[in-house]
Amino acid sequence: MRPVRRATVERVPGTPSHLKGDLDQPTKPKRQRVVLGGPEGMPVPSLRSRMELAEQTSWGEMLIRDLINALLRWSTAFALITLVLLGGLPLLFWQQPDIASFTVVGVPIAWLILGVFVSPVLFALGVMYERLSERHEREFVDMIEN
Amino acid sequence: MTGWQITAAATVALVAVVTFYLGRRSATLHNAAQDFDMARRTVRSRRNAAAVSGEYLCAASFLGIAGAILTDGADAIWYPIGFTAGYLVLMLFVAAPLRRSGAYTLPDFVEGRLDSRGLRWFASLITVLIALLYMVPQLQGAQLAVTTLLPLPDWAGPAAVIGVVLVTVLGGGMRATTLAQAFHYWLKLFAIAVPTLVLCVVFIGSGGKGAAAGLADDAPPTLPQDTTVTVDTPVELQVSAPTTLYADGVVDGAPAMGEVLWSAEVRHEVAAGTTLRFDTGTPTPVVVGAPADNVEWLAPGGDTWDLFGTYSLLTALMLGTMGLPHILARFYTNPDGRAARRTTLHVVLLIGLFYLFPVLLGALSRLYVPQLLVTGETDAAVLLLPTSVLPGIGGQILATVIVAGVFSAFLAATSGLVYSVAGVVSADLMPERVRDFRVAAVLLALAALGLALLPRQADIAHSIAIAFALAASTFCPVLVLGIWWRGLTAKGAAAGMLVGGLTVLTALGLDIASDYTDVWAPMLVERPALVSVPAAFLVAVLVSLASRDTKSATVNTFMLRMHAPDRLGFVTDAAIPRYGRAEERVRLGHGQGRHRR
Repeated sequence: MRPVRRATVERVPGTPSHLKGDLDQPTKPKRQRVVLGGPEGMPVPSLRSRMELAEQTSWGEMLIRDLINALLRWSTAFALITLVLLGGLPLLFWQQPDIASFTVVGVPIAWLILGVFVSPVLFALGVMYERLSERHEREFVDMIEN
Repeated sequence: MTGWQITAAATVALVAVVTFYLGRRSATLHNAAQDFDMARRTVRSRRNAAAVSGEYLCAASFLGIAGAILTDGADAIWYPIGFTAGYLVLMLFVAAPLRRSGAYTLPDFVEGRLDSRGLRWFASLITVLIALLYMVPQLQGAQLAVTTLLPLPDWAGPAAVIGVVLVTVLGGGMRATTLAQAFHYWLKLFAIAVPTLVLCVVFIGSGGKGAAAGLADDAPPTLPQDTTVTVDTPVELQVSAPTTLYADGVVDGAPAMGEVLWSAEVRHEVAAGTTLRFDTGTPTPVVVGAPADNVEWLAPGGDTWDLFGTYSLLTALMLGTMGLPHILARFYTNPDGRAARRTTLHVVLLIGLFYLFPVLLGALSRLYVPQLLVTGETDAAVLLLPTSVLPGIGGQILATVIVAGVFSAFLAATSGLVYSVAGVVSADLMPERVRDFRVAAVLLALAALGLALLPRQADIAHSIAIAFALAASTFCPVLVLGIWWRGLTAKGAAAGMLVGGLTVLTALGLDIASDYTDVWAPMLVERPALVSVPAAFLVAVLVSLASRDTKSATVNTFMLRMHAPDRLGFVTDAAIPRYGRAEERVRLGHGQGRHRR
């Protein structure tokens, strides 16, 4: 399916600001330009696929089901990584007290890990997830449009 | 009042006035209905993230974490980690779909997804409970801060906070709070970062006081100078070596006057009103249950129950963040789901940065203000640390800066909660005749004030964790299952919330009872989340499966709306037909609000 060409109404570029005072009277209708067919490559979702999604036909429902499953898979994967990284630490320190008391420049490594290094790791995970989910959504929209 | 106490009080007043001014100014500049109603939805992610963080960083973050670290050491660092990780979980499972669902509060979401009025009412009730549990520690923090620094009665601090909050909430709009809350984030970051850095430089400059290494010793912290401590609430203390001190009052049930020798084998009960005096270098007695010597304090871990406690705390904090009413309301100010996700990501960065500092302050306070371990009022550590490290004008200036940040924390969290929950109360819980936002806000604030003035000694961080546990055991299952699983039914959600909520409230009741009766409370009662959250999920799933035929008729449309990428344009807000889409409003020239600058 190709993007459907539609007639659109565009606003004419604004009047220079120094003239605005005179022209901006509510009685005068604003000038508008009618353009037939949008420019190529504009992301106008295909009407039919959109309709199928909106009406949740069996095909539309399946599409959304697949999308939800894919998104959920990624979210769960990231949650598991977080769980293993964060959830592993208390167990590690509890099982191996020697590791926890190991010091770097006088600071116990447990304090360094917990106080300093955990939050950058959390942020990095967040950045990765954001990129991934945005790419995923882009691909889904592209699929709907074609 | 000494000169610096007046300065501190003046700074607090200044914070209040600036908050009110920011709110007032934007409210009068943008007096349109939509601005008051629901905030502009085109607030950019970065400022919105600052506003979320400003609203989120409360008394627990500012005072509670440092206090918990002073008492418990490495194990307390799980608090800031849990607070930060909560936003990662929010981003992974909730942020974008919830924004696209168009729900402004949790009751909105519950009604939209599950199509049940009764459940909406129930969700509103839980929202109010969470808000109260969350506001009370803020007000108790205000009480602690005011009585620690100024010669004022107990009620003065909470009453002042409630007064400022009511004036701000009733006088401004939600849009107004975006700017004010973003201001609060930067104020708080400044107010904790600068004093922490200065104190660290002083500490290192003084040769680490020759005592940094002392933290690794197999000995309790020692008092840096002659110290006199007055015990306000009865307390049970332990020492790890024979300790000599001077007592004036009632110790171990008998009147004491003069020198006392405490042995390490038994616990020592100190009655209220007793004054204890210690010479320089005396090992500090600590409240029973806290790590007594520094090695134990420095190392994470403990017995199996401590491990359970750590996991339970992490569960509550990570899953509870998504159920906090003031945070959810703020996500609605994002223009679309993608922006909501970005905002959450920024929040992880902003609060992760903030939490570096309370950890440092908590560790420093073990060296400089260990006398707080005697009374158990460890939450005052951040307030007393500057003047203990730097006696004189320098310390007083730093303390003033910290006080400004601390009050900003009380005000931001409390006003955010009052604002977002007053709407819920007036819409769902009040009879039709008296339905009014303002009345609801006043009622809510006064209820919190009343609860805060009840005598109860609990650490701020611990009390906040209970509010998180309640949110995690009620709203987290409903949100996560509701967003990702078509099968969730109204009955399932109700059963899950009921089981999770009752478990946490029972645990809270037992915990309070054990405070009054001096019966030792097991870790399960103090931190119930690791049991209550799985139970709530399980019950919600099982009951939903059993009531499969009562599925909401609109579930497919709702799922589509929540998960279809923003560009497909399925999001239908109640506000769009009224005010137009955000981007259209910008193009038509209505949207060039002050937030663009």
